[in-house]
Amino acid sequence: MTRRGVLIRAAVALAVFLPLFAAAQSPLLQWRDPIYIAASFAGIVGLALLLVQPLLIAGAFSGFSARRLHIWFGSGLVVAVVLHVAGLWITSPPDVVDVLLFRSPTPFAVWGAMAMWGVFAAALLAAVRRKIGPRFWRLGHSVAVVIIVAGTVVHTWLIDGTMEVVTKAALCLLVLAATAYALRKRRVWRLLR
Amino acid sequence: MPIATPTRREIVTGAAAVLLVSASGLTVPARAKSLAPTPTMRGGANNYRPGAPIVERIGNGGFLTTGTVRRAGDGAPLAGRRIQVWAHTTEGHERDARSHGATLTDANGVFRIEMPQIVPAFGQAHGHLAYDADFDDAGFETVFLRPLLARASDTRLEVEFVLRPV
Repeated sequence: MTRRGVLIRAAVALAVFLPLFAAAQSPLLQWRDPIYIAASFAGIVGLALLLVQPLLIAGAFSGFSARRLHIWFGSGLVVAVVLHVAGLWITSPPDVVDVLLFRSPTPFAVWGAMAMWGVFAAALLAAVRRKIGPRFWRLGHSVAVVIIVAGTVVHTWLIDGTMEVVTKAALCLLVLAATAYALRKRRVWRLLR
Repeated sequence: MPIATPTRREIVTGAAAVLLVSASGLTVPARAKSLAPTPTMRGGANNYRPGAPIVERIGNGGFLTTGTVRRAGDGAPLAGRRIQVWAHTTEGHERDARSHGATLTDANGVFRIEMPQIVPAFGQAHGHLAYDADFDDAGFETVFLRPLLARASDTRLEVEFVLRPV
């Protein structure tokens, strides 16, 4: 592996595990039951996957099948979102019902719901990509990704939760930067012509 | 120059204008000194447990929720009204029975109830309060509130109820 490859992997590992480690120290955890804690961490894992996914597809890692890993992590993201929502549902059903019906009093909820539907749409498009043609597949998946990333970053940022604020900000900025990098590298806007 | 014989068009437009203004609510009756009732907040009733007992304090206390209960219109303080409080605290989740309790207002319409420290849950540090007509026969409409703490470190919350007579 090249020195650059080692550096990138180390930086990504740090960017993913520092926020998880910091969140594991949150004082809020002592007042939450295990299902609520699992739901919280499923959300953080989902955010972290949003950093790895664009880097994989932009070819930032070498030495293994990035595309195959992207599919695996994409499936993992769907599972993380489902665990996040299901765990919160068990913790407080009426609050989650409000979010899903777009009538929640919390300003960040609508962004999270938007990102959730974006994840489902992106995964669904991936499942049927051979049937819908490369143009619609790439454009559709990219639009879904923009909705997912924007929705998730706003959702995460507005929440007063278990994530520590500096590592949260850093991870959010890295996710935005990695997504922009991948969209640029893959020249997605060319499909709009 | 008065219009002696209005045309049909003038009558129709005039009538339409009158209808529009009266239906739009732009003509608000003068009620300058009148106190408006507190509306129920979105999500206010979430995890509500009807009829939680009146308690000295919820759990071990440490966080004070206080406020006034007044009548809409004239703002008269309402004594003996039952206010129920619940939240995610250091001692339990919102849905847990031990996180719920009720108290009555004093002669000045003031209620005070201590509960364990409220901690952020579902993204915001917030409390829940209810005035439930089903458990209070004074003849006012039910109101559910979900006020936010200005800071998660706050140790008190002040809430105003203005109740609308049924």
